[in-house]
Amino acid sequence: MRRIRKRQIFAVGVVVAIATAFAVSAATVQAGSGLPTSIGKGEGHLNVIEWDAYTDPSFAKKFEKQTGCIIHRKNAGSSQEMFALMHANGGGGGGQYDLVSASGDASLRLIYAHDVKPINIKLIPSWKEFLPQFKSPPHNTVNGVHYGVSVQWGPNTFIYNTKKVKPAPTNWSLLYSKKYAGHITIPNNPIQIADAALYLEKTKPSLGIKDPYELTQAQLNATVQLLKRQKPNLKRFWNYAADEDTSFKNGDVWLGAGWPYQTLQLKANHVPVQEIVPKPTTGWADTWMLASRAPHPNCAYKWMKYVTTPKVEAKQALVFGETPVNPKACPYMNKIQKGSCAGYHLNEPASYYKTIKFWKTPIPQCGWTKKQTCMDYNAWVQAWAQVTG
Amino acid sequence: MAADAAAVETGPPIRRARLRLSGFFWRRPWLRAAGLLTPPLAAFLVVYVGALGVLFISSLWTSNSFTSEIEHTWTLANYRTIFSTANPYLHIAGFTLEMAAAVTLTCAVLAFPLAFFMARVAGKRARALFFVMVLLPLWSSYLVRLYAWQTILAHNGAINWALNGLGLPDQSLAYTNTAMWIVYTYVWLPFMVLPIYAALERIPDSYLEASADLGARGWRTFRSVILPLALPGVVAGSLFTFALTLGDYITPILVGGPNSQMIGNYVYENFATNLPFAAALAVIPMAIMGAYLLIARRLGAFEAL
Repeated sequence: MRRIRKRQIFAVGVVVAIATAFAVSAATVQAGSGLPTSIGKGEGHLNVIEWDAYTDPSFAKKFEKQTGCIIHRKNAGSSQEMFALMHANGGGGGGQYDLVSASGDASLRLIYAHDVKPINIKLIPSWKEFLPQFKSPPHNTVNGVHYGVSVQWGPNTFIYNTKKVKPAPTNWSLLYSKKYAGHITIPNNPIQIADAALYLEKTKPSLGIKDPYELTQAQLNATVQLLKRQKPNLKRFWNYAADEDTSFKNGDVWLGAGWPYQTLQLKANHVPVQEIVPKPTTGWADTWMLASRAPHPNCAYKWMKYVTTPKVEAKQALVFGETPVNPKACPYMNKIQKGSCAGYHLNEPASYYKTIKFWKTPIPQCGWTKKQTCMDYNAWVQAWAQVTG
Repeated sequence: MAADAAAVETGPPIRRARLRLSGFFWRRPWLRAAGLLTPPLAAFLVVYVGALGVLFISSLWTSNSFTSEIEHTWTLANYRTIFSTANPYLHIAGFTLEMAAAVTLTCAVLAFPLAFFMARVAGKRARALFFVMVLLPLWSSYLVRLYAWQTILAHNGAINWALNGLGLPDQSLAYTNTAMWIVYTYVWLPFMVLPIYAALERIPDSYLEASADLGARGWRTFRSVILPLALPGVVAGSLFTFALTLGDYITPILVGGPNSQMIGNYVYENFATNLPFAAALAVIPMAIMGAYLLIARRLGAFEAL
């Protein structure tokens, strides 16, 4: 008898606890859209999946002190790894992760796989100051719903050894020529197909490529052919940024596609390299996205609010070697490192951004035609295997 | 017996319970065996065989290219993609197989004399020293050793430095299939040396004496007595080197070149967005290993383990 009563009390307790939890969460949720209208008290922890240094202590320490949200980091080496981490353990960050700093080639995949959820952009005041291109870009905003907040971006660049590659290149064509055969490197990433497509858009207009991320079967085939012809001239495909650095450092590679980050690292190691940003080029833009099963949403909102403020944007840009989405960061960048605002192209006119085609996940709907279907990401992975296999 | 019974009746309660329990199991040996074997057997069945079963089953599904969700419709589409000659996967499987075979063969050729010396020639002290030498590389992480090889093989690395010192021209070994072959041979060599050593050490001296008594010289004894008896050891070692190479994907990334991608690399590339296809790819090395194990069993490899 006594035992049964105990069990009953326990059951009632559980019901009350669950009801309370619902009531509390309902209090911060807007009735209609399901989005929070204010940021509540921090939960004390914040678990992120990030590109190395995206929560660098040089600017994250202050956040931890201000908010009491202690950051726990999980580094990802590639977009593939990032997606896999978010999608694991039932998806939505597995109930473990709160935020992911996804690049444009992973962000749509995360949205369609329901691993991330909409956010209330009004809770991030700096958003109003963003460059217009990064307020609601197609890689993180679907039908006007924001699935995260843009944080930083950069172009894909042409890196070359100034002692070996003469005269200095002005466009991508050297990567597809035999002149420096055996000394070229490109990333081992299916999204690299877009670079070749962009090159064909200019050099082979008969293919009718309108968007390097929206390719028909015929356009994708032509791109694969170009990459297959390029392959014998390659020294290697690089998987991690550090691998590309190593190949440049030890003299095996003289030119290749990379990011400003690598150039920065190589120059710091006194390797004679330069980079150019050919026009047009592909580029990436990263988004802090909220996991759909985030256990610490308040800390996550607090971080998105903090990391997009001009001062922090400037710091992160210079730590990693990338460009803020908030132009108000410009004077702070110059204060830390003279001329860096212009160096990272934060003061360019709007026409400049049109020359950068930002990564986005290939999906079956072509944006430029209703008559044909475009090849989806799985098809890109298969096509990339044809190149690397 | 009587004393025992008395202890059961009179000892402290814990001791009494323990004795009663051990008596219970002593009277039912089958229960004792079942109790001991159930946990490892269950782990083996659930974690190992079960996982392989799930892997195979999921290779017969597809994934939604939009959401990456698995769609539970039965299809052989993944296998059709792999076996289609328009796709590179058969070629990749062939290359992976070749690499595994080349590495295994090289390891066997290098390991045999070493193991022979350790087992039959070296004294106690020298043998201990050789063991340390063979096992020493395993003390450092696999990744550390790969990065070390990256610098050794590099354009400005130790190999070219030595060649230039001898007045020879540079070799571009870095990021080639040759580099992969060298590195694999290096990292898996201990796994070949140890089983061969075990097999050679077990050959009784009397066999060799008998062979000599019957007039066989060194080469004849080696061919007719030592080699057949050591062969199971070689096959056992080859199981390790073969399987380890077959499933690896890190060496191609770090020391391989543009033509060095192996099956593992494509499993890795597909597993996040297209899990069923990755599973189908992973079935290939499993099938190869299955066939290899059957042949190895014929050759008596499992007696040498």
